[in-house]
Amino acid sequence: MDNLAQFIVTSLIFTPVVGAIVLLFFPSENKSLLRWFTLLITMLVLLPTLWIALPGNNAVSFQIADAGVQNVVQTSWIPSFDIQFFLGIDGISFPLLLLTALISCLAMGASWTIDKYVKSYCVLYLLLLAGMMGVFLSLDFFLFYIFWEVMLLPMYFLIGVWGGPRKEYAAIKFFLYTLFGSVLMLIALLMLYFNSDLRQLSVEQLATAQIAAWDEAGQLISVEEYKTQIDASEYPVHTFNILALQQLGQHTDVFDQTLLLGKSIQWWAFVLLFIGFIIKVPSVPLHTWLPDAHVEAPTPISMILAGVLLKMGGYGIVRICYPICPDAGYDLVWVVCSIGVISMVYGAFAALAQTDFKRMVAYSSVSHMGYVVLGLGVWSATAGTVFDPVSWSMGVKGALFQMIGHGISSAGMFFMVGVIYDRVHHRDLNQFGGLYGKMPVYTAMAMLLFFAGLGLPGLCGFIGEVFVVLSVWKLSATLAAISAAVVILTAAYILWAIQRVYLGAEYRGPHPEELSEINLREMVIALPLCILAVVLGVFPATMFRYMDATVDQQVADLVEWTEDVKLPKLRTEREEAAEKDVAANAP
Amino acid sequence: MFVTLVNHLTSDTFASLPGFGVELVLCATIVVILLARMFPFSERIDSTWLALVGTMVALGVLSPLAPWDISQSPARMVAMGDLPRVEIFTGMLIHDGFSVVIKTFLLAFLLLFFALVKLTHAHRKPDSPDFTTLVLGSALGMCLMVSANHMLMIFLAIEMASVPSYAMVAMHRHDRKGSEAALKYAVYGAGTAGVMLYGISLLCGMLNSAHLPTMAFRLAEMATAGMSPAESVILVMAALMILVGIAFKLSAVPFHQWCPDVFEGATAEVGAFLSVASKAAALALLVRMAVGLTCLESAPQMLVEWSTSSAGNVAFESVSLDSVRHFVAWVIAAMAAVTCTFGNLAAFAQTNIKRLLAYSTIAHAGYMMMAVPAVLALVSIDPVAAGQCGGYLGLYIAVYLLMNLGAFAVVAMVRDVTGSEEIRDYAGLIHRSKSLTICLTVMLVSLVGLPPLAGFIGKFAVFAGLARGYLASGETYLVALLVIGCVNTAVSLFYYLRIVKAMTIDATDAETAAMRSSPSILQTGYLWCLTVPVLVLIVGWDFLNVWIQQAVRGLVS
Repeated sequence: MDNLAQFIVTSLIFTPVVGAIVLLFFPSENKSLLRWFTLLITMLVLLPTLWIALPGNNAVSFQIADAGVQNVVQTSWIPSFDIQFFLGIDGISFPLLLLTALISCLAMGASWTIDKYVKSYCVLYLLLLAGMMGVFLSLDFFLFYIFWEVMLLPMYFLIGVWGGPRKEYAAIKFFLYTLFGSVLMLIALLMLYFNSDLRQLSVEQLATAQIAAWDEAGQLISVEEYKTQIDASEYPVHTFNILALQQLGQHTDVFDQTLLLGKSIQWWAFVLLFIGFIIKVPSVPLHTWLPDAHVEAPTPISMILAGVLLKMGGYGIVRICYPICPDAGYDLVWVVCSIGVISMVYGAFAALAQTDFKRMVAYSSVSHMGYVVLGLGVWSATAGTVFDPVSWSMGVKGALFQMIGHGISSAGMFFMVGVIYDRVHHRDLNQFGGLYGKMPVYTAMAMLLFFAGLGLPGLCGFIGEVFVVLSVWKLSATLAAISAAVVILTAAYILWAIQRVYLGAEYRGPHPEELSEINLREMVIALPLCILAVVLGVFPATMFRYMDATVDQQVADLVEWTEDVKLPKLRTEREEAAEKDVAANAP
Repeated sequence: MFVTLVNHLTSDTFASLPGFGVELVLCATIVVILLARMFPFSERIDSTWLALVGTMVALGVLSPLAPWDISQSPARMVAMGDLPRVEIFTGMLIHDGFSVVIKTFLLAFLLLFFALVKLTHAHRKPDSPDFTTLVLGSALGMCLMVSANHMLMIFLAIEMASVPSYAMVAMHRHDRKGSEAALKYAVYGAGTAGVMLYGISLLCGMLNSAHLPTMAFRLAEMATAGMSPAESVILVMAALMILVGIAFKLSAVPFHQWCPDVFEGATAEVGAFLSVASKAAALALLVRMAVGLTCLESAPQMLVEWSTSSAGNVAFESVSLDSVRHFVAWVIAAMAAVTCTFGNLAAFAQTNIKRLLAYSTIAHAGYMMMAVPAVLALVSIDPVAAGQCGGYLGLYIAVYLLMNLGAFAVVAMVRDVTGSEEIRDYAGLIHRSKSLTICLTVMLVSLVGLPPLAGFIGKFAVFAGLARGYLASGETYLVALLVIGCVNTAVSLFYYLRIVKAMTIDATDAETAAMRSSPSILQTGYLWCLTVPVLVLIVGWDFLNVWIQQAVRGLVS
């Protein structure tokens, strides 16, 4: 492991923290200094991330051919609970890391309009950034949980202090929902931890899981040595290492014991984790915090919420739920897919009904994130259908791409709504119209981003949606047809909104005199989003190249598990049921 | 015969003294403070300083990192992990790692508490010596509670801890609310003490002993021989009555009614003392009794070998006590669940911050009690894990000490500068004092148990104990407790955040009590000294956990 790479990965989390502490000593009157400094810190997060993304430097660059985790940082943290400070990136987390760094940099640019308590805003913003980077980087479940919760308090204040008229309600609702989800996660985490047992893993599996251990002198010991050490142990050796938990979930039966109501530990863990994650995604029926939070939050925070925070739910599902609890994932495939489809349909209809511009965009997020849940849930090997790992792989890739695409388009849409809200101070869809004439450049950019959200071919929203819809086909034609039909609803509400806001004869709402063309700062923020929307739509490989190896590997692992463990198990169950039938029908 | 007895007694007493150092130092401090008032030259010394010095000496005598091993002669310091469990004073008290840990927390709390009293205005002269003596006397009782090993000692210790606190609540003579609260507290305390005493006499009468290990042994004997229905009814009655006394100290539902009134009537400083020190001691006592009465393995070794002790002649398995243990665990679990839920729900409606913190204290007592059923469930399956669960409780207490003291400290300081204790007067506090707001916010969020603040460590540990107990024993009530605890965590967020919201988001209006002065630098410095550990403990709490785990190693096995 190279020290430089470790330093960079660690700095992605701690640069914002240090920046926040330094900010505390800045004079609070000098607002522009505070803003520029915060922007500088977000740049200091973005630039190293880009450096990792670019090929060329063997020590630092992301190795696209490598399926495992890279740039690993691992030290012992709380040995008495087997907790490690364990960071690393792979093809699943890295695109999201890039997205986070980019969106938070752009959203900081959008924060120039924040004029109240700038210092507190900047400090909280940087703490939020640290939490977000931490969630995507950490590979230790305890650490992941800590970062997951670290974001909540800054977010509460960012919505509650700088938000709109109903900010307090929205902030507490957001907080309560998410906290409820995370305590469920805590239960699952504890159950998985106390059932894990590293002794069950072979040397190769321990190595794959990047298990590291240190002797008394603090020297790293080899995996073989560690294996003999733990084999001698009388008690189970627990772990919080997510990769090790994945190995345990796929190769051993430690999580298969029956717990409550005849369901296994992994079934309960999956359900608890899944509820926790879909609150964040958010999926119907746990989505109601989102419209409130989005509408009341200030524009940059809406961008962060839509662009990054929602992705954490999807990330959690693909990183933790499925690999650790494959059996439960297999059994619950219909539940997961139905939740995805219901969210898509419900979100789209709800978006159609909105008159508040921002609320409409918020519901479109619910609808679009439904594709993510659906794509991750597709596991077209249910009893009776043909086993087809290709569509599972396609679904996961589509879902991951949809997360990136939605991160860009929805952050852009929220920003575009924010731009006109700053000018005319209202968001009533029915009072707009004719903005094209007054702000042509702005309208062109906004329409591009809205079309990206719509999923127009050639823009970033299309790829993810089409992958997901195609992958569902094998599982269920009905679900595929419904999810394809949702595209029509999406087109309806987006086109209708465009028509009501940008087209039309002239603007008749309040403050018509304020309608000025997009300014340079806003342009600088919108332009990268527009460019990315096009680039990702035309060359999706720019993102897929990072994901491919890791996703293929994860899918291959799960396919292997399905063939070796699940299908024989199902076959025996079916045979037993058949025998019972025969026995029952026997004269 | 008589000479042997006297010889044994003398040697036992002298050998016991090093294990009793903390209590002796506290007694000496009380005497010094009382004597100091008699002479003109010493009269002017502020008694708080004396108390601070006394507490520090006591902490030094305890030497938490290398406690005294008194089973060796002469006593010497050993590492925490090597400390044996020894009975002192002919089995009245017990000296082990667990008592050292809890006493350390109590003394550390006393230090912080006296510093707080010095910094705020409520307990300045002329009552200061009385107040300090009462606090020290109560702390002495708590130290005895922590190490009690005999029913008589348990009762004495509880009264020793309670009676001074009745007087502390009524410290301000002309404050009618305080007097009312003290009266309620005293009447309630006397009532529950009577019930408890009755329970103790029933139990001791049944088991022919008041010495916990002997009682456990007799209980096992009875259980093996088979209990008649009458016997089990009396045992259950006795257990419930004793629990009444402890529940009063713990402010567990349904014996919590005194708590909000007393907290509202007493000063915030006294509130801090009652809600931290008193709870810590009561929890330690709960563990002592629950484990001591139901686990034969937990019997400590004797300091001086008395010739014909009844225990140890016949080997009983702890299994024979399984049903008793199950019953006790179940009752405590039910009480914990109800306490926690009730405390959180009742806190919603409060407008006075001290009442709110009183309900929060009740809720936290519930969370902490949850650790005990996990210990009991694990005893017969995995004694090592059971001991560790006891340690998790210690971890919670350590964290709780910091954050709850901090919250009460802010309340005391806000009262000093605004004269108000109503939540609505906290509106817009951030524009008036940043330090107070930030510190109180950190403390409250930590009380919710949100990472990365220290409160999470305690919650995590206790919940981990429950999960572990459940997975090992399969007892459904443990998982129910876990779920109740987690859901309560989410629920409690709402009322803690209400204060945070008032301070940060709400605007001041004309009715908000004005700030007459800003808090002094020492006051804010004190608050930051409490806040910084709460903020950064997550970075390295391993040392704390390791130290506690070493201390509780012998608790159950």
